[in-house]
Amino acid sequence: MSGPDNAALARLLRAREAEEFLYREAGLLDRREFTAWLDLLADDVRYFMPLRRNVPSLAPAEEWTREGQDVAWFDEGKDVLAMRVTQLHTGVHWAEEPPSRTCHLVSNVLLMDDSGPEWEVHSHFIFYRSRMERETDLLAGRREDALRPTPQGLRLARRRVLIDHNVLPIKNLTNFF
Amino acid sequence: MDLADLKTRALVDPERGLVSREIFVDPTLYAAELERIFATQWLFVGHVSQVRRPGDFVVSRMGEESVLLVRDVDGELHVFLNSCRHRGMQVCRYDQGNASEFACPYHGWTYDTKGRLGAVPALREGYFSELELAEWGLVEARVAELKGSIWACWDAATPGLEDWLGDARIWIEEFFTVPDVGVGELELIAGVQKWTLPCNWKFGAENFSGDNYHNVSHASVDQLALSPSGKAGRHQYDAIPQKPVLQNIAYAATGHSGRGALYPPGFDFLSAYAAVPELHAYYRRAYAAREQQLGERARMVPHGGTIFPNMSFSNGRTSIALWHPAGPETCEVWRFYFVPEYAPAAVKDHLRRYVIRYQGPSGLTEEDDMENWNLAHRASRGTIARRHPYHMAMGLGHELAAGSEPWIARGGTVMEGVSEQNQRGYYRRWAQLMGVL
Repeated sequence: MSGPDNAALARLLRAREAEEFLYREAGLLDRREFTAWLDLLADDVRYFMPLRRNVPSLAPAEEWTREGQDVAWFDEGKDVLAMRVTQLHTGVHWAEEPPSRTCHLVSNVLLMDDSGPEWEVHSHFIFYRSRMERETDLLAGRREDALRPTPQGLRLARRRVLIDHNVLPIKNLTNFF
Repeated sequence: MDLADLKTRALVDPERGLVSREIFVDPTLYAAELERIFATQWLFVGHVSQVRRPGDFVVSRMGEESVLLVRDVDGELHVFLNSCRHRGMQVCRYDQGNASEFACPYHGWTYDTKGRLGAVPALREGYFSELELAEWGLVEARVAELKGSIWACWDAATPGLEDWLGDARIWIEEFFTVPDVGVGELELIAGVQKWTLPCNWKFGAENFSGDNYHNVSHASVDQLALSPSGKAGRHQYDAIPQKPVLQNIAYAATGHSGRGALYPPGFDFLSAYAAVPELHAYYRRAYAAREQQLGERARMVPHGGTIFPNMSFSNGRTSIALWHPAGPETCEVWRFYFVPEYAPAAVKDHLRRYVIRYQGPSGLTEEDDMENWNLAHRASRGTIARRHPYHMAMGLGHELAAGSEPWIARGGTVMEGVSEQNQRGYYRRWAQLMGVL
């Protein structure tokens, strides 16, 4: 094979690796293997889900609250994410006791940029939650991730979760996205 | 349920501490609440830091209805029903911004920042210049400001905000006072969390009015070092070695209430933030200033409370929740978070991260509260369940006209420790306004 073909093939393999990472991650969350999920996060991971505002289409700068400055649904690192996992394992976290059944559907996965030390990967998601007898919840949105190749495999270094809701339609966010 | 029958039903019995489950689920009662409570009481609508400049606006909410909080071109505050006088369309569909006018996108009626109707298309050829513009401005509520908090009321007969707050006013003044009692103001952190809760709006309001009894709900988060004290526990004050006596204060005339902790003299307030040097230093200075100004009263550390009907405040992790009615079965919660305006940036950042991880639908603590209210609401619906009232009689008959210190009650009654006095006061006021007591 010629050089350009090798590069294209290498990129295809990285795109496939990124996609598989996201699918594996979703599986861990839906099987409640939260400790294994934490292991996929870089120690310096940033996990951010801003609030979304209704603003004029010609003035989009105000639409999202800002990381590190404003109120958000999540704006935290591995310390707080680990606290959340610890809480889920106490057996007395009543919002998840009995636990939710969740289904993370991940799609539209695109390797946006793999030229640097971290790959920029975008995806869309639908999050379905079933609780107790008949509670059902649905959230939709997209994610902008930074995946970092390491000798142990890919690690999530940064995630921005951009949900399509102004007033959150569900009572709590006890799950990961 | 027919409203005429209300008086015959034992909906609220403050003498026995009983509250009927009907009041959480009955649609007729719910409709009456919108009329008799949300259309008559002062409601918190926002904070001055949201509308600093002329033309600044935010959408807010009173009862089920969208309102606009606007600072006009001359700097005066207004609260308008967000609905065109012509055919009802919302005149503003943005959450916030700066505008010189609000133009209805349906037929083009246009209002200025004082709510005055200015331009009307086809004024001459359609209305033959017979439309009295001055009579068709935006519907306007009364508005009042107290230490940066902005309130509105639809009813001209309701007393002014400060009289309406009555003796509970000191709780609001203290809440909106920065920790060092007076330098600067609170500053809203940009972004208001809004979410849907499948329960009646009163569950949250009641809980914040006085429920010091629901710690079992938070058994999971109490095992984590959530607090800026760095110790296990969720409150910043969990690390203070001296144990306080909880104070519940209820104001019978208004239904408002407050909760606080009375510490012994010389308590070590500073350990509450010991894990974070910047916070520790800031609160060391703040507490010294507080003690200098308040003297012995500085030992009383407010924890929060509820201003009737639907505004709850939390001191320490400084935030406000509004429990907006959205049908008998649904509540729309809005949560505002604050930091001291002149605190160092590092302090503001630590406080911001603490309040977000504590409260709201993603907060490790409040997540569990909402599960309780959701399922309690569901259990209020049943035919058999509705025959059995809720029990709110804890401490009934043991209310004190004054606390252990004469300055604690200040117009209310006090109960120390855990008690449901405040909830009884809340529902007594509810029943009075609904005409069922």
